[in-house]
Amino acid sequence: MRRRPGYCHGGGRALLEPGWPLIHFENVGLRYGMGPEILRDLTFDIPRRSFQFLTGPSGAGKTTLLRLLFLSLQPTRGIIRTFDREISTIPRDELPMLRRRIGIVFQDFRLLDHLTTYENVALPLRVRGKEEASYRADVLELLKWVGLGERINVLPPVLSGGEKQRAAIARALIDRPELLLADEPTGNVDPPMARRLLSLFLELNRLGTAVVIATHDLSLMDQVEARRMILSQGRLDIYD
Amino acid sequence: MTDAPRETAETAAPARRPEMRVRPTAPIVPPANVSGRALMFVIAIMAFLACLTFGAVSMVRATAASWQSQISREITIQIKPDDNLDMEQALKDARDLALTFAGTRDGTIVDKAATARLLEPWLGEGLDIDELPVPRLVIVTIDEQSPPDFSAMRKALSEKIPQAFLDDHRTWVDRLVAMARTTAFIGTGVLVLVFSAMVLTVVFATRGALSGNRHIVEVLHFVGAEASFVASEFQKHFLLISLKGSFAGGFLAALFFAIAGFWQGRSIATPQSDQATALFGTFSMGFTGYLGIVATMVVIAILTTLTARFTVMRTIYEIDLVRSDPSRTDQLPDT
Repeated sequence: MRRRPGYCHGGGRALLEPGWPLIHFENVGLRYGMGPEILRDLTFDIPRRSFQFLTGPSGAGKTTLLRLLFLSLQPTRGIIRTFDREISTIPRDELPMLRRRIGIVFQDFRLLDHLTTYENVALPLRVRGKEEASYRADVLELLKWVGLGERINVLPPVLSGGEKQRAAIARALIDRPELLLADEPTGNVDPPMARRLLSLFLELNRLGTAVVIATHDLSLMDQVEARRMILSQGRLDIYD
Repeated sequence: MTDAPRETAETAAPARRPEMRVRPTAPIVPPANVSGRALMFVIAIMAFLACLTFGAVSMVRATAASWQSQISREITIQIKPDDNLDMEQALKDARDLALTFAGTRDGTIVDKAATARLLEPWLGEGLDIDELPVPRLVIVTIDEQSPPDFSAMRKALSEKIPQAFLDDHRTWVDRLVAMARTTAFIGTGVLVLVFSAMVLTVVFATRGALSGNRHIVEVLHFVGAEASFVASEFQKHFLLISLKGSFAGGFLAALFFAIAGFWQGRSIATPQSDQATALFGTFSMGFTGYLGIVATMVVIAILTTLTARFTVMRTIYEIDLVRSDPSRTDQLPDT
């Protein structure tokens, strides 16, 4: 692997893509209040159709970086361009439209307990105002694809940790996002299930979605030859 | 994801197994939970109290107006006895003279028996009115809208019957008007207080019920829902709750007045009913009263719905505020 401390123009396949990267960070720094900088001088791209792991010790700022990528935080300094728009200039009411292009898998799943697996996965389409008849087949197919075809009418409290994880992933994927962010997606599952989920992410990437997986799991990262973004003490090292 | 590869479906349903049926889509906001039921209960209680107060104040106002109207509808001519006076003739003359003035409608001479009944509480039964120098009365009904010229009438009476004294009840009317106005003012004040309490209770109860659903707002926001969509989902939910609650409260209040009115109607001329009527007036609500109850329900429904909308919009605003000000980590979801 080739190390590019602090800056990377993108993974090999993405360099062949025309146009701008999905996300571009330039000298980004972030601090909470008057505290020390959690993230310092981050300059990197998330190219289209790229696949990368984001790793680092606990407290290094992985979740904060994911929040920045997901537009749920603004940096205290530096520039972030998302889908070729500088995020500090994006009005509040336009954020939902941009978030629709990003799928996110929360560490704690964030499924709604009163909705079934099917309804949770269909939620992003429902909030876009689509008719249920127009997406039912797609949702059922995706649920089969993630191995939840028999659990469509089950409420989240009844699902196992791995099933919840897959439901959360399916929800993030259902509208075919251009970028998928996953925070510790294998943190609650056993190794075989982790391999299944990884193959799912790879398959998604093969279909054109850029993927960022935040994880501590070294064995998971060793299974794939992919770009590694290592956060340590607020700084980012990138290994292509 | 229509082109999702099937080879990864490791637990795909076996062949020929019947397709699983999806249940009817549930609402995004859960239809019933503890906080929702508590809110409905609070709204029902507040609607009941507000409607009850509205009805009671309407009754008090009507009663006060009726006191005022009854007493200002009549004037009294009092004729003091005199040795040189033919009392019966004087009574007739006084009545006839009064009725010559425009604005009078009817004149009634209070006969001896009626006068004796009037004095009965003080002088006892079996009173012979001729043995006592008791003044006699003529009651003249007047048109409230265009009353006669009292000073001219007073002057004409004193010229024709020096023993006659005209009492136009102005002192009483003025006092009653003041009392009626005070009563109506106090009633309106109580109504304003109860409505203010209702507004605050409904607003805070709605916000409390919504706080239990904050996670839903966050998830919807993060899966790309627009603020107006999230707000409309919660609006629908809370509109339904408020309509159920306010209908229950309003219906109970209307039922209370209907039962009280029915009781009053059935027990007419009994001491209890007379006392209740004297104190509270009649319990009939009338069209305006029922309209007031419906208006109260509508106000509560609008109030709850608007509170839900503003609270949801504020929650979304707070989430976005965290975005632009990372120091506000207290509101931050664990993403």
